[in-house]
Amino acid sequence: MQHQQLIPHLFRSEYRKIVSVLAKRFGFDHLATAEDIASDTFLTAAQTWALKGLPENPTAWLYHVAANKAKNHVQRDLLFKGKISKDIQHELSTAGGIPPDDTVDLSPQSIDDSQLQMMFAICHPSISPEAQIGLSLRILCGFGIDEIADAFLTNRETINKRLFRARERLREEKIPIELPSPADIDSRLETVLTTIYLLFNEGYYSISNDTTLRKDFCLEAIRLCHMLTDNPSTDKPPVNALLALMCFHASRFEARIDSKGEIVLYDDQDTSLWNAELIGRGAHYLHRSTNTDRLSRYHLEATIAFWSTQKTDSHEKWENILQLYNRLLQFHYTPIAALNRTYALAKANGNRAAIGEAEKLRLTDNHFYFALLGELYTDIDHSRALEHFRQALTLAKTPADRHAIQRKIDQF
Amino acid sequence: MLIFRHEDGTKIASPEQMQIWMKQTMDWIGGIAAQNKFVVGNGLPMDDSRIVWHNNVVTNGPFGEIKETIGGYIIVRADTIDEAVGFAKGCPILQGDGNSVEVRKIASKDGGH
Repeated sequence: MQHQQLIPHLFRSEYRKIVSVLAKRFGFDHLATAEDIASDTFLTAAQTWALKGLPENPTAWLYHVAANKAKNHVQRDLLFKGKISKDIQHELSTAGGIPPDDTVDLSPQSIDDSQLQMMFAICHPSISPEAQIGLSLRILCGFGIDEIADAFLTNRETINKRLFRARERLREEKIPIELPSPADIDSRLETVLTTIYLLFNEGYYSISNDTTLRKDFCLEAIRLCHMLTDNPSTDKPPVNALLALMCFHASRFEARIDSKGEIVLYDDQDTSLWNAELIGRGAHYLHRSTNTDRLSRYHLEATIAFWSTQKTDSHEKWENILQLYNRLLQFHYTPIAALNRTYALAKANGNRAAIGEAEKLRLTDNHFYFALLGELYTDIDHSRALEHFRQALTLAKTPADRHAIQRKIDQF
Repeated sequence: MLIFRHEDGTKIASPEQMQIWMKQTMDWIGGIAAQNKFVVGNGLPMDDSRIVWHNNVVTNGPFGEIKETIGGYIIVRADTIDEAVGFAKGCPILQGDGNSVEVRKIASKDGGH
């Protein structure tokens, strides 16, 4: 691979590792410095490799250069300001100079530990979910500012501001980069899992046109969750359940977007495009998640997602899905779950029973609500069905949604 | 709070019938939860229950043999008592003659309702 292709590839996989290790070393006071050093390392790589060709081990080269830049930065900072954190100063004065590879430990163990600790630090309850996702995309996943801006349909400036404020907050709150204590780990994991799930959904349901990028977001969310299952202290039942849930959803990547980039509805998907390997992995993690008597929302959602990977249209399937939604809604209400529950109710108990339940939901600003009512009234009351679909059309926000609803109307 | 008063179903119905009632109850609660009006709920099985009386006298029971026995409860978020009554009317236990759902307010912490 030539360096022009290799550098973006390495940036994606190595930037986050270097930042995590450096930030762990310097603390959040110097997060921006850690990011600058990491970026600068790649700039140096681009210049040097263009002149001298690729080094034998590009990753090791990057780590070495990053470690040197970090060392130089610390020394400069000490000389001119003399005020980086006291413990580093102390270490330096007692060691009488910095041993070349002791300052920054870029061993595989240190990288894994730093990234996991960084995940808990970024997903701290004191910063907003939006900021957590932004920082996660940048620092844990190594996405560029342009890519993040594209995913959120906004511009560089907005994202830079958002990340700046989030870094400030982490600094002000003096959030340590470390794993929470065993007593706190379950509650802190909840926030981490929420962020990972939001990151996944950002990719899965985003209205950005860049399908490759959206898929990358989902794969990154799965990778972060894998980091948690790989570590014994965070390999907990809800983590496995979330991983299973994401694997099941991701199995439909190829089937749910057509060649023009438009969403293909579940009922219209070519099931031969469903990824059997991901379904199998999902089943594996779902099985691993059952080692508990405390079910999380992810257990219920993963089990629903499991049923969605079953191609049959049996009563058993819909009855199971209905009961899972009944339970999910009892401890985690969302409008979309309420609508999906009503769809399952129609499949299990019939459309007439579901219409009454649907009308109680009163989600009158939601186009899915009217699309569902339109669906339920089809074959029962022709004009009402059409009326609901038309209402849905006026509320739909994306071209893909409008297109799907228009197709329904055209069938009348 | 909706309090269910009914006989112990396990004594008068087949397991199949119990399963049907269970599904109806779950669908009813799911319907309330789908409106974001559900707070919490529990079934109160009759087996291994005790009554503690004045002077700490303990007896077995209740046995669920009368229709006034409390078999469970749910707490809902309702703006008015009528809204809560509306939820209660859908409760499957009301299929049994003599069974009832008692609708009660929960005193809020500041002493109001």
